[in-house]
Amino acid sequence: MYRYDSFDREFVRSRVAQFRQQVERRIDGSLTEEEFKPLRLMNGLYLQLHAYMLRVAIPYGTLDSRQMRQLAHIAERWDKGYGHFTTRQNIQFNWPRLKDVPDILDALADVEMHAIQTSGNCVRNITADHFAGAAADEIADPRPTAELLRQWSTDHPEFAFLPRKFKIAVSGSPVDRAVTRAHDIGLRMIRNGVGETGYEVSIGGGLGRTPVIGSVVRDFLPVADLLPYVESILQVYNAIGRRDNIYKARIKITVREHGIDAFRERVEQRFRIQHKAFTSAHQALLKRISAMFAAPAFIEAPTGAFDAALARDPVFRSFVDTNLHPHRNPQYAIVTISLKAHGATPGDATAEQMRVIADLAERYGHDEIRISHEQNCILPHVHKRDVPAVHAALREADLATSNVGLASDIIACPGMDYCNLATARSIPIAQDIATRMKERGDERQVGDLKIKISGCINACGHHHVGHIGILGLDRAGVENYQITLGGDGTETAALGERVGPGFAADDVVPAVERLIDTYLVLRSDEDEAFLATYRRVGMQPFKAALYPDTVLAAGR
Amino acid sequence: MGRGNSGILVRDTGFRDDDWRGEFVQWSGEEDHSALPDLAALDVENTASAEDIVPLFERIALIRIAFPSHMDGRGFSLARHLRLLGYRGRLRAAGHILADQYTMARRSGFDEVEIDPDFAERQSEEQWLFRADWRTHDYQERLGRRQ
Repeated sequence: MYRYDSFDREFVRSRVAQFRQQVERRIDGSLTEEEFKPLRLMNGLYLQLHAYMLRVAIPYGTLDSRQMRQLAHIAERWDKGYGHFTTRQNIQFNWPRLKDVPDILDALADVEMHAIQTSGNCVRNITADHFAGAAADEIADPRPTAELLRQWSTDHPEFAFLPRKFKIAVSGSPVDRAVTRAHDIGLRMIRNGVGETGYEVSIGGGLGRTPVIGSVVRDFLPVADLLPYVESILQVYNAIGRRDNIYKARIKITVREHGIDAFRERVEQRFRIQHKAFTSAHQALLKRISAMFAAPAFIEAPTGAFDAALARDPVFRSFVDTNLHPHRNPQYAIVTISLKAHGATPGDATAEQMRVIADLAERYGHDEIRISHEQNCILPHVHKRDVPAVHAALREADLATSNVGLASDIIACPGMDYCNLATARSIPIAQDIATRMKERGDERQVGDLKIKISGCINACGHHHVGHIGILGLDRAGVENYQITLGGDGTETAALGERVGPGFAADDVVPAVERLIDTYLVLRSDEDEAFLATYRRVGMQPFKAALYPDTVLAAGR
Repeated sequence: MGRGNSGILVRDTGFRDDDWRGEFVQWSGEEDHSALPDLAALDVENTASAEDIVPLFERIALIRIAFPSHMDGRGFSLARHLRLLGYRGRLRAAGHILADQYTMARRSGFDEVEIDPDFAERQSEEQWLFRADWRTHDYQERLGRRQ
């Protein structure tokens, strides 16, 4: 893991001191509310529906037990005893008081954490594959790249007042678990013909009200050119991105209006100057960073305990089935801890649960924890012999829900329960679907199914890339939910297609059930997942299931 | 003609009166600048193209880039671009710039910031001096981004 040196430590402390002074200057009138707003946003502080909300960065989703315990401490001391893990590998505290925020930021700095640039029109928290450094299918660990970008983007003098927010994601595997194509810049680590590692760079992806799958702007970027090239992209965007209309200010619109080829030409033109604007210091730093992400000292031990538990315990078997993923070391497993207990708020964890996760990471997981954009927690390095013990401890803490990748493993934005942008509730819809799936008892038979729910058009719940996407809108004061099908956030990225008119809140669960039942009838066999069936048969049978009356009427 | 020079300058040492006695010529990017006086000062919008100004580099002593709003960061990238293209003259950011943005201005290549006297009253010299030490805690410097 990356460890702060004195430079990082002093930087973060100085930011806290600056923010303390900014809060004072807001109170004494030196700063107007309009002037204070971007400054508090750059330090992660939002004004929400009921209160301030503090969004804390978990860079590239990596943290250790000490940091997790500090999050638990913050939740208890300054909030209501829980935190909410988000789709951008952040954690949000929903009830801090403004006067406490500088102290919270100091408490974060104590454990090498911060809330810098988790909001505002700047480069946001850099996200990465949550299985980084552990996945069997990985080409290279994306986290050194992400950490280099974190440092580069932190307090960047040119890019703190961009036309709009800017999100960068990095994947180190051909299997894209970081949704790179839905980011302003998506970086996929690849190897070229002669075996060198580099990046495929895509730009202009994004969800929100105008969903776009990113376009490739450079098919192979050598590692050493990363910062000058990314800086060139940002310079072009900063200069020509639109500032007249907030809904047209993201780079995806800039790219669409100018065309990817013209945009690429501008970037390459800047890059010719830009690559001389850096010494090689960043490459030396990257080397130092990479060394800190060396794999832990893996244990050599028999895995008999794992096999025995598997043979003996059906509950353990289902946990292994859904919540374990292949590790690069065959004696190890990646264990996902679902924060989606049926009927709970997706992504919420209590302080007590955070401490359980911290203890397990320390005892069995080489002290590493990850947060996924799917709002779950991960122990990336668990020796298989220890998985039964981890599972037993999770069961005691009500954290052993075996549903990762299934219908109840739902991404949902905070929605109208917290957010002042929301036009509908999302959490209760997610809770109702998950509860219903538990009653049906067949979600394991249904298999891989990604349901994603957003409570407004800004699409924080990633509904555009859900196999089933649900978008909550306000129709004359009544919540109305539109359904999209066929979305995909992986390396085969696609945007979901809207099926038809929306549904009232009470009709969403039955509608989702009709989709699932239709799939169960149509699938060629148990191995054909929902998305594959949808791609094979198309929308029509699903549409007929969603709107039986309409289709009948049309047939008459 | 550009704006006058009644503003207050902010430098690393604090506030001072504007010492530029000459006129400012508004740069439009199109007109013929052969009549430009030697060592003139140029007023430039933040939408200008740095490349277009390159032929004038040797003839101008000061470029003043407008910041119409503290939310508009185009001026920072424009300053950086001018410096990378070889402009070595005086570079000034003028308009709605917060004390909190002083570091960004200096690191982007500006020598100084110009603010209105009214604004200087609200955001006192002390607040600017709090952010005057722009060389410390600089990630870009550590990464080898040349100044």
